[in-house]
Amino acid sequence: MNSLVNPTAPGMHDAPGQPPATRRRLALSSARAWLACAQWVVTLATCAFLVVPVAMSIIAGLTVNYFRGAASGLTLRWLDQVWTQYHSSVFLSLEVAAATLVITLATGVPAGYALARSRTRLSRLIEELLVLPVALPGLASALALLVVYGGFSAFRMSAAFIVVGHVVFTLPFMVRPVAAVCASADLRTLEEGAASLGATFVQRFTTIVLPNARPGIVAGALAVLTLSIGEFNLTWMLHTPDTKTLPVGLADTYASLRIEVGSAYTILFFLMTMPLLVAMQWLGVDVPGTGSKRRNAGTQNENKDSE
Amino acid sequence: MKLESIPITLTRCAKTFRGTRVLEPLDLTIGAGETLVLLGPSGCGKTTTLRMIAGLETPDAGGRVAFGDEDVTALPIEHRKVGMVFQNYALFPNLDVRGNIGYGLKIQRVSAAHVRTRVDELLAMMRLEAHAAKPITQLSGGQRQRVALARALAPRPRVLLLDEPLTALDARLRDALRGEMNALLRELGVTTVYVTHDQAEAMELGDRIVVMSAGRIEQIGTPREIYYQPASRAVAQFVGTLNRIAGQWQGGMLRTSGGAVPAGTARTTGAAELYFRPEDAMLADPAAAHLRGVIEQATFLGERTRLTIGGAAPDALLVDVAGRVELARGTPVGISIAPEALIALA
Repeated sequence: MNSLVNPTAPGMHDAPGQPPATRRRLALSSARAWLACAQWVVTLATCAFLVVPVAMSIIAGLTVNYFRGAASGLTLRWLDQVWTQYHSSVFLSLEVAAATLVITLATGVPAGYALARSRTRLSRLIEELLVLPVALPGLASALALLVVYGGFSAFRMSAAFIVVGHVVFTLPFMVRPVAAVCASADLRTLEEGAASLGATFVQRFTTIVLPNARPGIVAGALAVLTLSIGEFNLTWMLHTPDTKTLPVGLADTYASLRIEVGSAYTILFFLMTMPLLVAMQWLGVDVPGTGSKRRNAGTQNENKDSE
Repeated sequence: MKLESIPITLTRCAKTFRGTRVLEPLDLTIGAGETLVLLGPSGCGKTTTLRMIAGLETPDAGGRVAFGDEDVTALPIEHRKVGMVFQNYALFPNLDVRGNIGYGLKIQRVSAAHVRTRVDELLAMMRLEAHAAKPITQLSGGQRQRVALARALAPRPRVLLLDEPLTALDARLRDALRGEMNALLRELGVTTVYVTHDQAEAMELGDRIVVMSAGRIEQIGTPREIYYQPASRAVAQFVGTLNRIAGQWQGGMLRTSGGAVPAGTARTTGAAELYFRPEDAMLADPAAAHLRGVIEQATFLGERTRLTIGGAAPDALLVDVAGRVELARGTPVGISIAPEALIALA
């Protein structure tokens, strides 16, 4: 920095005529200053729009009176009230999400594999069609479902109706990552390798394709679970008073109860989804065989051998 | 370890991919226990041929693949009982070394105890005992290659198919493993088809070599036949280095710019060209030599010095001499070539 401030200082042999080295240093340091500035902007914006609202919402759910602020004291009363009133929504959401996950796993994984293997124009078309419910507003898909199946009242009144909506909406989020992993040339050779050793299609699929497609499957499962738990558009149209999921309940509380209760509901939402996300992420990290976990798996295999 | 061996017969096997003929109809017989090398540049159809033998590709209608007396044309790879080593090894990253080697046996529902003894046997044979529990990602290239070979051999295949198994390794390791591979194949006595584009591998490992180019077979022969009696210019140029002497026939001699060489057994009609290998020429006293020229370049390669000699023939000639020979550029030299070393090409 000294050389910038002081280009004609005694002892600077190349001072006259502004040598290119100095100019380059100047350009470099100004670029660095811009970069630092941009980093600050991003960090502050993240705080302002993500961290602060979340933190405020959590505080609001724990204060006695939000308008008087934290000075009014902290309480768990609102949380308790929300839990007694809406705990059935928590369980319903979990059940719907689990059912959605099971169905998307059972259909989306084979579909992703098949789409990756098939090179026909039809398979490309199917791939595009799968994404349609994501591009379309959830209200529209819900309306379509209601128009066609609204008449089957037992079905329409059950949670299964919501599960159907969620599967339609989340399926591409399972199919896409699985197809991406299955499309890699590596996996194809691995399958050929397994075939050369006598493995039939089913054996290849279960022993080679599924374990090696695991990063894609875990990514898909994570997306499906979180989307299902947080889905509001479709669900709001499809729900009945008996089939209220968490986000629908949240809309209820914000619309009809005091702000502290709505915020307490957000806390409940957090407590429910965070462990789920962490667990899934943790599962996903353990994939491509390095580190100690891998070795544990190895010894497990050995144990199995010796049995 | 010794494996049973069966012959392989390919009859009129062609392959067309999306309207493009990548392999012309091909007939090939591989003897029981023989190591046959398919040699050629990339895209010549050698890998396609191997994949047809493996069952990963089916030949176009009319083609037939037989293992011994059994027609396996319609049999998918998983029922052909072949052992295959892929170019990038295709080791299963979800299994450790032991799991990879034992995979083929487990698939056949062999008892766990039996799998264990067999895998131990192969680990010992490939000197991999210390790595049995390691995941594939922690192995070096040479170790992976040995695991791939062990995995292919574990279920006692009828046929061993190797698709450029040494290409992924660095040069020094490749040379070392080539020798090991040769010893192993001799010991196993299994019918082996080996695909490579490396002529050194082909020479060392092949009982016979099939030189392929542009989807057809150029020549089938022992390594010596391929090297010293190439059937065509394509073969000669692909295998080793070749010098061309062009001139006119005159009284049983080929007369060229730097002198004349005796035709020997070569026909003295047709194209007035003879060829020879760089190591088959000797430097001689210019007065008594067949051809006279001057050194244009001397490249020291360690065990030999490769001389580029101008003026002896229309094309510059490459001659290999001992490494210790030092000759300055511009030195006049004579070249003599033994008559039996001269190659006439159609």
